[in-house]
Amino acid sequence: MSNLFNSMIAWIDKRFPLTSNWKAHLSEYYAPKNFNFWYFFGSLALLVLVNQLLTGIFLTMNYKPDASQAFASVEYIMRDVDYGWLIRYMHSTGASMFFVVVYLHMFRGMMYGSYRKPRELLWLIGMVIFFVLMSLAFTGYILPWGQMSYWGAQVIVSMFGAIPSIGEILQQWLLGDFTLSDAALNRFFAYHVVTLPLVLLVLVFVHILALHETGSNNPDGIEIKENKNPANGIPVDGIPFHPYYTVKDIVGVVVFLIVFCGIIFFAPEMGGYFLEYNNFIPANTLQTPDHIAPVWYFTPYYSMLRAVTVNFLGVDAKLWGVILMAGSVVIFCFLPWLDRSPVKSIRYKGPYFKVALTLFVISFFVLGWLGTKSPTPLYTLLAQIFTVIYFAFFILMPWYSKIDKTKPEPKRLKE
Amino acid sequence: MKKITIALLILCLTPFSVLASESGMPLDRAPVDITDNASLQRGAESFVNYCLTCHGASYMRYNRHRDIGFTNEEILNKLVFTGQKVGDLMQSAMRKKEGEEWFGVVPPDLSVIARARGADWLYTYLRAFYRDDATHTGWNNLVFDRVAMPHVLYQLQGEQKLIVKTSDKGEQKSLALVKPGQLSAAEYDKFVGDLVNYLVYLGEPHASERKKLGIEVMIFLLGMLVLSYALKKEYWKDIH
Repeated sequence: MSNLFNSMIAWIDKRFPLTSNWKAHLSEYYAPKNFNFWYFFGSLALLVLVNQLLTGIFLTMNYKPDASQAFASVEYIMRDVDYGWLIRYMHSTGASMFFVVVYLHMFRGMMYGSYRKPRELLWLIGMVIFFVLMSLAFTGYILPWGQMSYWGAQVIVSMFGAIPSIGEILQQWLLGDFTLSDAALNRFFAYHVVTLPLVLLVLVFVHILALHETGSNNPDGIEIKENKNPANGIPVDGIPFHPYYTVKDIVGVVVFLIVFCGIIFFAPEMGGYFLEYNNFIPANTLQTPDHIAPVWYFTPYYSMLRAVTVNFLGVDAKLWGVILMAGSVVIFCFLPWLDRSPVKSIRYKGPYFKVALTLFVISFFVLGWLGTKSPTPLYTLLAQIFTVIYFAFFILMPWYSKIDKTKPEPKRLKE
Repeated sequence: MKKITIALLILCLTPFSVLASESGMPLDRAPVDITDNASLQRGAESFVNYCLTCHGASYMRYNRHRDIGFTNEEILNKLVFTGQKVGDLMQSAMRKKEGEEWFGVVPPDLSVIARARGADWLYTYLRAFYRDDATHTGWNNLVFDRVAMPHVLYQLQGEQKLIVKTSDKGEQKSLALVKPGQLSAAEYDKFVGDLVNYLVYLGEPHASERKKLGIEVMIFLLGMLVLSYALKKEYWKDIH
C-alpha cells in the first residue's frame, strides 16, 4: 500500500513539484517556535476567506441582482432555501469576522514590528489585500438592497463626487447611471462575486509566497535565520510548520468556530452591529433614514470623514473629509519607513511607543463608536480630537520611535 | 501585554450598546416566546384577520405555518381567505395603488418588520393609539407621531385620549382609556402580545431551528476542542 502511494507520488513529482512544495511551504518551512495567541489570525483569515467563497457561491445561486427583486430574494434564501438562513448568516457573520480577524492580524504586525525590514513588501501586499477586502465589504453590503445598503452606498459614492473637476464624471462612470439604481446594483454584484474575489485570491497567494520568502516574524522581533544550526542549516529556534503549527492552528480554528458559531446561531444580528436593523427595510430611494451609519468595521473612517466641518486652505470641508478618510487607511502603508526604532518588537521598545500604540488603539475604538452615532457638537469635537491622535501616531513615529529608550534584543528566542 | 490582549478581546466580542427608540418614548417589554405555539397560532389568526387586509407578508408562505403546529387543512381554514393555495405567499388583499390613494403611503410589508423595528417597539406602538382630531385618520400614536395607519384594533381596545402634564421636568405624555372596547386592558395587552410574538416569528421563521441546531453545534465544537488540544499537547511535548 505504501509502496503504491510512494510510486504515485513519484509519478506526480516527475510532472508537478508536489513534494518540493509540500516541503518548502509546510513540512520544511521553519517557523519561530514562540508564536503566541496573536499568530492565529493569519490562518484564521484564510479560513474566513474559504467560508466566504463557499457560502457566497450558494448565495449566488438564489440571489437576484435586480433592484426590484434583490430584497425579496434574500428573504427567499432566509425562508425557502434549505438551510439558506444558515448559509446567509455564515456569510454575513463571516464578513464582520473577516474584519475582526484582519484587524487583529494587523495589530499583531504593529506590536511585533512585522512590517519592518525585510518584510516591507509583505506588509504592502497585506495592505492591498485590506483595500480589496474593504471594497468587497462595500459591494457586498449593497446587495441586500435594504435602506442601509442603499443610503450607505449613497454616502460612499458621493465621496467620489467630492473629488474636484473629475468627481461628477467619475461618479456617473462608477454607477452607470446618474443616481444609485439597478445599473449600479448589477455592476457592484459583478465586482463582488467575480472581480474582487479573484483579485483577493491572487493577492493572498502572493502574500503567503512573500511570507515564506522572508520567513515569519515572531513576538521577540528577531530573525531566527541569523542563528542556524551549522550541521543542517536549519534555524535553531525554528520548528517545521507542519505538524507543529498545523495542529496548533486547529485548536485556534476550533476556538474561533466556537465564537463564530455562537454568533451565527445565537446572535446573528449581533445587536444591530453585524446586521443593521434598518437594513430589514427595503431600499426606498425617496426616504432618507434619520441616521445613516455604516457597518461597524467602517465606522472609524466614517467618523474621520465627518470630522472636518470647516473649509480650510482653500479646500472644501467635504473634500478634506474624503482626504482624511483615504489617508487614514493609506497611511498604514508607510509604517515600515516611519518606524525608526532599533528594535522591532514591543517587548523591547520603550515607553513612548507603548503609550503611542495604546493611544492609537483607543482612538480607533472611540472613532469607531462615534461613527455609529448621529453627530452632535460634542461628538464632532471628540471625533476631531481623536482623528488628530490617530494621525499623530503615524506622523510623529519617526521622532518618538528614534528617541525612545529601548531594551536590548536577545540573541535567541525567549520562552 | 496580557491585559491589553484581554481588554481588546472584550472590546471585540461584546455588542457595544443597545438601541433606544427613536421617539425617546420608553418602550414596554414585549412578552416574546417563539417556542409558544399556542400564542403564535393566536397571533397568526389575528394577523390574517386584522393586518393582512392592507399589509402583505409577501416573503412568507402560508404552508410555513406547519412549523408552529398547524396542519395544511387548518392553514386553509384559519389563515387563507382569498382562495389562494397553501403554498402561496401571504400577499395583501389590497392593491398598492389603493393603499396610496387611501392612506397616502403604501402600507409596508410586514414580513421582517419585527427585525427592523424590534418587538418592544411594535408592542408599545400597537397599544399607543389615541384620538386626535388634527390628523386625517382621527388617530395619532405616541411612539409614531402622525402615523398614516388608523387604529385598526380600536373595537378591541376602545378609545384612548392623550394627557399632557407639564411640570418643571418638561412635558409628560400619557394615555387614558375613555371608551372601553370589547377587551379589557389586560386582555388587549395579551392580544397584542400574541400578535407581536407572531410578528417576531414571521421575521425569522427558522429562529427556533437555528437555536436548536446551535446547541448541537456547540456541543460538537467543545468535544473538538478537547480532542484538538490533546493532539496539540501530544505533538508539542518535545518542543522546549
